[in-house]
Amino acid sequence: MAESKLDLLQGTLDLMVLQTLATMGSLHGYGIARRIEQVSGDSVLLNQGTIYASLVRLQQRGWISAEWGVSSNNRRAKFYSITKRGRKQLSQDAAYWQRLSSVIGRVLALPVGSAEK
Amino acid sequence: MIGQLQQLLLRMRSFFHRAQDDRELDAEMTAHLAFATEDNLQRGLPPTEARRQAFLSFGGPQQAKERHRESRGIPFLDTLFQDLRFGFRMLRRSPGFSLLAILCLTLGIGANAAVFSWVEGILFRPYPLVAHQERLLAVGGTDRSQPGGTGISWPDFLDVQRNCKLFDSFFVTKITGSTLSIGERADVTTGSIVSANYFDAIGVHPILGRGFEPGEDTGWGGHPVAVISYQLWKSRFNGDPQIIGKTQRFNNVIHTIVGVAPEGFYGTFVGWAMQFWVPASMEDTFESGGYKLEDRGARWIEAYARPRPGVTLQQAQQEISAVSQQLENDYPATNRGRGIQLWPLWQTPFNNANTLLPTLEIMLLVVAFVLLIACANVSNLLLVRSFVRRREMTIRLAIGAGRGRLLKQLLTEGLILSVVGAAGGMLVARWCRQALVLLMPARNGKTMLLPGAIDARVLGLSIGICLTTTLIVGLVPAFQTRRIELANALKSDSLGVVGARGRAWLRSSLVVIQVCLSFILLVGAALLMQSLHKIRSTSPGFSTTRVLDTAVSLVAAGYDAPRAKIFQDELVERVRSLPGVESAAYARLAPLGYGTYSETPIAVDGYVPPPGEQPTVRYNQVSPGYFPTMGISVITGREFTRADDEKAPLVAVVNQTMAARYWRGQDPVGQRLQVKGNWAQIVGVAADSKYGSMRENPIPFFYMPLRQDFVRGPAIFIRTTQPLQTMQAALLREVRALDANLALYEMITLQEQVNRSTSPQLVAVTLVAILGGLALLLASIGLYGVMSYAVSQSTREFGLRMALGARTSDLFRLVVSRGLALTGTGILVGVLASLGLTRLFGYLLYGVSPRDPVAFAAAFAVLTIVSLSACVLPAWRAMRVDPNVALHYE
Repeated sequence: MAESKLDLLQGTLDLMVLQTLATMGSLHGYGIARRIEQVSGDSVLLNQGTIYASLVRLQQRGWISAEWGVSSNNRRAKFYSITKRGRKQLSQDAAYWQRLSSVIGRVLALPVGSAEK
Repeated sequence: MIGQLQQLLLRMRSFFHRAQDDRELDAEMTAHLAFATEDNLQRGLPPTEARRQAFLSFGGPQQAKERHRESRGIPFLDTLFQDLRFGFRMLRRSPGFSLLAILCLTLGIGANAAVFSWVEGILFRPYPLVAHQERLLAVGGTDRSQPGGTGISWPDFLDVQRNCKLFDSFFVTKITGSTLSIGERADVTTGSIVSANYFDAIGVHPILGRGFEPGEDTGWGGHPVAVISYQLWKSRFNGDPQIIGKTQRFNNVIHTIVGVAPEGFYGTFVGWAMQFWVPASMEDTFESGGYKLEDRGARWIEAYARPRPGVTLQQAQQEISAVSQQLENDYPATNRGRGIQLWPLWQTPFNNANTLLPTLEIMLLVVAFVLLIACANVSNLLLVRSFVRRREMTIRLAIGAGRGRLLKQLLTEGLILSVVGAAGGMLVARWCRQALVLLMPARNGKTMLLPGAIDARVLGLSIGICLTTTLIVGLVPAFQTRRIELANALKSDSLGVVGARGRAWLRSSLVVIQVCLSFILLVGAALLMQSLHKIRSTSPGFSTTRVLDTAVSLVAAGYDAPRAKIFQDELVERVRSLPGVESAAYARLAPLGYGTYSETPIAVDGYVPPPGEQPTVRYNQVSPGYFPTMGISVITGREFTRADDEKAPLVAVVNQTMAARYWRGQDPVGQRLQVKGNWAQIVGVAADSKYGSMRENPIPFFYMPLRQDFVRGPAIFIRTTQPLQTMQAALLREVRALDANLALYEMITLQEQVNRSTSPQLVAVTLVAILGGLALLLASIGLYGVMSYAVSQSTREFGLRMALGARTSDLFRLVVSRGLALTGTGILVGVLASLGLTRLFGYLLYGVSPRDPVAFAAAFAVLTIVSLSACVLPAWRAMRVDPNVALHYE
């Protein structure tokens, strides 16, 4: 079961967090983690705790902002939202990621042994 | 760009707001877990399971925190500070250990820093305020017919200066003395005869007045001008701001003071601070032996050169060799077989750089050994603690610390120790800056100037040493933690056995290394001691006891030759009639002093020199009575008499070596010898003795009567049964009775003369002995530590042995023999290493083989005794083990 989950590549978690905040608006850490798990259909191996390292990193880069607030069930939590610079970064990273994955896809689509021709 | 800067600032902010950030993160994580638990409850899980699942999907909270810190802060600094804090706490917890370790490192690093500072201040940057010393080269003469360097003659110097194109400058400096009387006080001061370009060439600008002008170094006594030192200006002229243009008598010649040198400038002679500088044109006023600026055969000056930037020593030497080759061709009478050689400053063949170089070279090696021994000691101490801290390390490993992290921790602790040790070491070096002077004899009541210099280069080297030390002392215990196996280590064990293999081997080999290095140092110290004893007890060929030696300030008082002759005759008669005086005589130079003997090209009937060589021999001008006064026997013929004066035909006395070399076993008495172009008849052969140094092999040498080659200010020798003080007072009375204005130079015994000439050997012996003793102490602490630890860890084994019937004496023997086995191994390795290493003492050893068995035996005995005593206390403790207690231990 565990083996079939995807290990996250360096930097991909940051991208997922940005995308989640861009679509969902303001969210707290647990919310972001759950959302990523749900969207990926639980196929991403995520220690939810690691999300906080990513959040502080994005915050320091000025791509997201955070403020303390109160949740729907009346609990104090830190809510994160994406900034303007974050959106710009997201569109750049998303484009880059799509190009990379399509290239990787094409490379992997080459038939095995084609080099011998 | 701005984003990165901002990020860096934020990271730094969080480095300083660690506690606050941690609190916020905690709150966030608590909220997170609460949300997750609630979700799980809603999905219908029971409360405990809901909470467990929340934790599971969160992962380890500690790791999450650690990663959070890493991404928000500066992780390297974070852990460094953490390690530093922890390290300090560990060191505070065992102050005895920490102090001992720091003391070892302070001594080790301090010894190195002190020697570096001496090497820097004496060999590499010896002349404060002089510009570009790294490019300065010493210039000296060579003689193909004999080893060792000579001075350079003034005409040769001028030719070299004129014809060499690869140099910025050549300049001359020759140490000289003068009595300086201002008002009532008369003092002997030291100064330099220099070329006119001196101050420009070294880039030192007088703070008042000027340096010398071109042309002031020409002519015979043509330019009586002087630059005085800042110190002289302050102390003797009370810092008179109007000093320029005033006059002062130096050696009774009125000089105009044209400049005051800046504070802290001492001239360019290693060993003595110069108080005044006069141009070379004043040479005859200060030097004995007449006007030499036009004499190509008089090699009296010491010179320096500074090649243009980018010119290598080889290129510079090639050019200067070409010029000296040309001089050989142009002036065969004086220059045949003579060359001119360049040396880097640290290899200067004259002044005290030359006498101290071999000692300092050896010292560099010796202090490296001491540092290694100190490091081994500290490593050993840290190792003991790493056994004690084994549980701590194991637990840290078990809860997930990486081995890299542990290594960093150990290195940090090593760093703390060595930084504190290095700081102490720099203090030690500072205190030792003037230490060499204490070992060198004072002359005329003045101490030498041999300061260590602690500059950026010395600091840099010391930092390098400190970091190396960190690596050594930090990595050795780390090596041990590498071998921790979690499962085994968590089960406590301290069931050691004396000499058990495994973890003891590392400590034991450290002790072996220490013993080995100490052995080498002890052999070195023993060899040097033997050699000093030998050199000081070797007969120099003249009497050393009961002969006193001094001089009268005739030159300084301005006596001309006729007056000096009358004075000398009267004084020697008066001295001979003093009670207790057996005989008295004059000679131009006292043996083994710093002065240079006159030398001359010679010719001998029937002797054909090898092609390309012009035999040149040194000589001394001596008065009648010199040989009996000095105790040098005249083997055949006669010594000089009153009749051998300026009106009589020239005569000479040669020494045995000269007779053997140029007359090949025949008696030379009655034969002729050509000296400076005149023929002198040989009237006697004197026994060989030492002339320039105690270390020299017999050299050809001859004597001329003082009256036939007159000097005004010779040394006076008195053979007497009176003590020195009595004689000095009596002589001063006689001198003053003849002329109240005359001063007497310092009076010493010839034994003192021998001792002074061998003071570099004394320095070497003293320093190596002190450091050897230090090494021995450190090594015995190391051995003691290992044995004590082994005994304390083997209590149970001793208990068992006693229960099985061993007697206490057996235990004693067990411990001592184990200790001696370590020592024995160390000594064995030490013997092998010493056999190879002691030849590095080379020049410093006199009359002793570098493999002298006595020195080896002495080192062996000392080390054995010391290590025995280091083992006795632990062994005694082993004897007192109570089997009952020991077996119930744990």
